[in-house]
Order: sequence, then C-alpha cells, then structure tokens
Amino acid sequence: MKKTSHLMAALLAAVAISAPATLARAADPIKVGIIWPLTGNAAAAGQASKAAIEVALDIINNKHPELGDLPLAATEGLPNAGGAKIVVEFTDHQGNPSTAQQLAVRLITQDKVHALFGAYHSSCSFTATAVSERYGIPFMVGESAAGNITGRGFKWTFRGTPIASDYAATYMRFFADMKKQGRKIETIAIVNENTDYGTSVAAAIEEEAKKNGISVAIKVPYSANSTDVAPQVLQLKEKNPDVAIFISYTADAILFMKTMRNLNYLPPMVIGDDTGFSDPSFIPGVSAVAQGVMNRSAWDIGKPGTTTYKINEMYKAKTGRDLDDTSARNMQSFFALADALNRAGSNDPEKIRAALVATDLKPNQLMMGYEGVKFDQTGQNVLAATYLIQLKGDAYQLVWPDRAAAAKVEWPMKGWK
Amino acid sequence: MLLLQVIVGGLLLGAIYALFSSGLTLIWGMMNFINFAHGEFVMLGMYVALLTVTYLGGGPVLFSLSAAVTLYGIGIIIYLTLIRHVMKGPMLAQILSTFGLALLLRYAAFWIFSANVVSLPQTTLSGIVDVGGILMPMSQLVAGVVAIVLTVGLHLLLTRTNIGSRLLAVAEDRNAAMLMGIRPDRMQALAWGLAAGSAGIAGALMAISYPFSPSVGETFGLTAFVAVTLGGFGSVPGALYAGLIIGLIQALSAYWLGAIYKDIVVYAMFAALLWLRPQGLMGKAS
Repeated sequence: MKKTSHLMAALLAAVAISAPATLARAADPIKVGIIWPLTGNAAAAGQASKAAIEVALDIINNKHPELGDLPLAATEGLPNAGGAKIVVEFTDHQGNPSTAQQLAVRLITQDKVHALFGAYHSSCSFTATAVSERYGIPFMVGESAAGNITGRGFKWTFRGTPIASDYAATYMRFFADMKKQGRKIETIAIVNENTDYGTSVAAAIEEEAKKNGISVAIKVPYSANSTDVAPQVLQLKEKNPDVAIFISYTADAILFMKTMRNLNYLPPMVIGDDTGFSDPSFIPGVSAVAQGVMNRSAWDIGKPGTTTYKINEMYKAKTGRDLDDTSARNMQSFFALADALNRAGSNDPEKIRAALVATDLKPNQLMMGYEGVKFDQTGQNVLAATYLIQLKGDAYQLVWPDRAAAAKVEWPMKGWK
Repeated sequence: MLLLQVIVGGLLLGAIYALFSSGLTLIWGMMNFINFAHGEFVMLGMYVALLTVTYLGGGPVLFSLSAAVTLYGIGIIIYLTLIRHVMKGPMLAQILSTFGLALLLRYAAFWIFSANVVSLPQTTLSGIVDVGGILMPMSQLVAGVVAIVLTVGLHLLLTRTNIGSRLLAVAEDRNAAMLMGIRPDRMQALAWGLAAGSAGIAGALMAISYPFSPSVGETFGLTAFVAVTLGGFGSVPGALYAGLIIGLIQALSAYWLGAIYKDIVVYAMFAALLWLRPQGLMGKAS
C-alpha cells in the first residue's frame, strides 16, 4: 500500500513537471539544435550556412513585410504559437559522424531542443538522424545529398533538399539536351571524395548513366584531405572522357582545377556537383583556370527588387559576400521547418512531426528554384529540383534549363585558354 | 610518358615533405624532444605568405623569406616561453605541451583567419616548364629545388660549421658543452628557430600550389612524423630520402591503384620497414 502511494506521488510529480512543457506557455521560445562542421575541413561551408540561418532567424523572429510570400517573414515570431521566437543552438561535429551522433544525444537530452537540424556531411546526417529517431524528436536534414539518409523507414527524419538521385537524373537530362545540339557525350568520368556524400552521388550518377547508355570511362574515388591529386588527373588524362563530373569538397575541388591546369589536361566539360564548387573560396581560387566549369544550384540571386535579391542583400550585409547554393538550401529547409513549427503551434514533438508531414509550400513561398516542399512517407521533399550554372568570368550564370537560363551553355569549356 | 610525369610529380612533392620534416628531425636530434606542433608551423608559414602577399605585395622570394624569418622568431619565442620550462618536467608533460601548443595555434588561426579555404593569388609564380613532354609547374619546380637545397644546406650547417658543431655538442652532452663555454639555451633556441623557420618556408612554398585552411597542419604534421621515423630520428639526410620516397610511393600507388589506396601503401611499407629496421633508414641503432 505504502509502495503504491509512493508510486502515485512520483507519477503526480512527473505529470506536474512535464505538464508545462507539453502545454507550451505561449511565448516560450522553440529550441532548434543545429549540428554542423564549424571547424575542420568543411568549416567554411558550416560557417557560411551558420550565417544564413542567422539571417533566416532575423526574418522569422522579426517583421519583414518586404519579403513577399515567404512564410513567417511578415510577422514577428511564430503567430500560431503565441508569437514564440525560434532560438537555435549551434554545435560543431568537425566532419566526424560519431561526434555528430553524440551531439544529437546531448542536444536532445541536455539542451532539450524541440527539433534538430543539420548536418552538412551526409555521413553525419546519417548517424545524427538515427539518434532523433530513437528519441522521437523531428530532424530536418538541411542539404545532405546521400540517398540512404531517408528511406530507412524513419518517422522523424525530413529532408528539404534534392538528393543524389535527383541530381543524377538532372545531369542525364542535360546531357540528352546537349546531344540534341550535336555535342559528343559518350563517356564520362566520375571523380568523388570517398565519404557518404561522394560515394552515394557517384553511385547514383553511375546508375543513371547506365540507364541512359552513357559509359563510365573511369571512377576516381579519393580522400578530400589529399594534398596531391596529380596522379588522379593523369588517370583522367589517360581515359580522356567527354565529361568529368566531380563530387568534391572545397580544398580538393580547388586543388583538382589547379592540378589539371598544371598538367595541361582539359576535358570538353567539367561538372562540379555543388559543394566545393559552390564554396565562396572556389571562384577566387581558380577563376583564371576553370572558365566554363559547370555546377548545379537551386539558388539564383535574381533581379533587384525580388525576394531572393533582398535575402541575398541581408546575407551580404552580414558576411560581405553572396549567398551560395549550399547555405541557401540549408536556409530553405530551415524555413520549411519553421513553417511546420508555426503550424504545430506547440513544442510537442508529435505535433511538430504531424505538421511537417502536412507541409505543402508552393513555389512562390520559397526562396529556391524548387517546385515546392512536400514530404513523402520517407520524409523526402518530392518537389525539390535544381538548375545548372556555368562559370563565366568571376561568377556563375544560370544556363540550364532553357526556361530559366540567363545565358547560353558554352561547350567545350575554355578552362585557362 | 604518363608514368614519368607521375614520378616527377611525386619527387617534387617529396622534396617539400623533406624540407618540413628536416625541422622536426632537427629538434629530435638536438633535444630528444617530439614537437607535435610542427604541422602547425607549416600552416603558419602559409598564412604569413598570404599576409605578406596581401599587404606588402612582392613575389615568392619576399613572402618565402618573410615566412622563414617570422617562423624563426616564433620558434625562438616558443622555446623561451614554453619548451625551456616543460623540458624540466616529465616526458608526458613534454609530449602534451606541444600537442596543446598545436591545438592553440590551430584554433588561434581559426579565430584570426576564419575557417575559409584560401589560396595565394592565381598569378603567383605561374607558368609551366615543359621538359620533353614532362610538365612541371613552375611553382612546384621552384619549391622542390629550393626545398632540396635548403635541406642539404641544413645538413651542411650541422656537420660542417662551427655553429653546427656547437649545436651537436649540446645534443651530445649538455653539461660537457657548458664546460666548453657553449650556452645550451642559446643553441637550443637556435635549433627551434631553424626548425620552425624551415617549416615556415616549406609552408610558404606549398601555399603557392595548395589551397589551405587552419586545419591543414594536421595532414602535414602526420607526414612529417612518418618521414622522420622512416629516415631515422635526428638524421637530416634521412628525412630528405624519406620525404622523397614517401612522395614517390604516394604518387605511384595513387596512379596505379587509386587515390584511396595510397596511404595504405605508404603506411604498410612504413610499418614493414620499422619491423625490419626499427632505427629507420639513416638512424643509428641504439
């Protein structure tokens, strides 16, 4: 009897403690834990994305009626949650998947965040999302591209960005278009850094290429920490593919372009799969030797006066440079999460999850060139898409698809010539 | 032809490995002291080069010299403020002190220079030399030649000059050297200056061809340790041969087997050699 009353008391105490959390006092801030590489070899990308999220927070938490249909811009905080502000906790996984996993645990159990966001490296998103699945806290994957992050039957993982197979399919449609214009594209080379990101994108491209009757002349996996890539460039030179596709992080992307110049090797076309090729250090590092390099991007600054232009101005005022595609995709995913947090109107994880499932953002509510944001059962955004851009002078220009293009594709690329 | 190109590229890279490894081996030879911050000296050399080009302009000669001089100074300051004191402590304290120093330098660089990847301006020492179809980028050719000259110079300094004799005397027997009128502190400060200076100049030379960020020292530090162990602790010519061998093996295995196998090959050969010859190529068996 005594035992039971103790148990009752404990239960009552537990209810008393947990009640305020689930009822969410109106203006209690909603906490989002963010896991990113803020130091280590991808630190530049992590820091750029961090600045982008800070701009997004400014837009969400303060009034920005000038930003058109962007959700939560015109109002202050989350109107459905009594004007609650979103606060974020940035943590640094240094590019290490096991650190990412530990950080996810810490953010959930100690910092009591209501949602998680991250984690740049696909390998880190892979481990961190498994933690949020275990604890039942929603995880929005900002921009990691590896296919296997979603599709594990997880209930709590969502992803706003296009993924490896979307990109691979885009490249093939582009090749088909180019072939129609008389370009020769029979063989391609796939050069990839060898963690989850590079490996999964490379595999997706290889699979799509097979379907489209394009042969893969050579696959060159390498470590992004390499200090010397000359032997790899010579391997490419030997096979002489029509297009070389690079899935690279920053320092290695720059090193490859410089080494190709040094060894006088220029394929008809180089396509960089975003990431390193979109890093702000890429263009100043290699613009003299990499003219005509193509890249993918779902981000376009647009004309003065547009919402995207204004967002870019805000970002530029903060960092001194233009918003890049990687950071922009993170920002878009964060807006999608914020929109769901608002519709949930509460910090209860199950309600947030239900709101994410019900997400349906239209193109005019987005800053990216997606067809919308809508998640399938695996949590993947099925309306995500991308553009192709090409380096001309000191900037990328949108060249494909034709309906959005600002300039024509130059084929073959000029490189340093 | 392509194979010859691979070999030349590997040797040029190996020469730079040799230069920054020789500094590490110097400190070991002089003081039986392991410096885990050596890779960070290379990183600092890269940033000094960048700052020099950005704010003073000038070419490779100026920025290499300024990196060498600045790092020479930093090396001496680190010896006087940190190393001299921890040397009196237990071995573990010595090891961890330079490990801590490495982290301090790396994260100070993060704070000052940010985490962004940077490179020297694209026009720095551009141009490509074509020798019978073998292409050698001017930047790497100059860096390789300068590295070999400096490494040999360092060896001559140690073995053929008065300063070298005094440096070695201190290494041999500190007390006896003191009785001969040599000041060990001054000599060891000089050794730290030379070691850091050579790492600095190696960093400046590498910065011409390699993009870098504050974490770059990690990779180079590891390579330097392998070169020093392979060459034989304390032997400058050993570090030279080992640097060249590592560069060559990396290049050949990356070309034949693929990039992801090159480190496996290098470290497997490293382990095998240590098994057969624990004192390294040029080290003295104890």
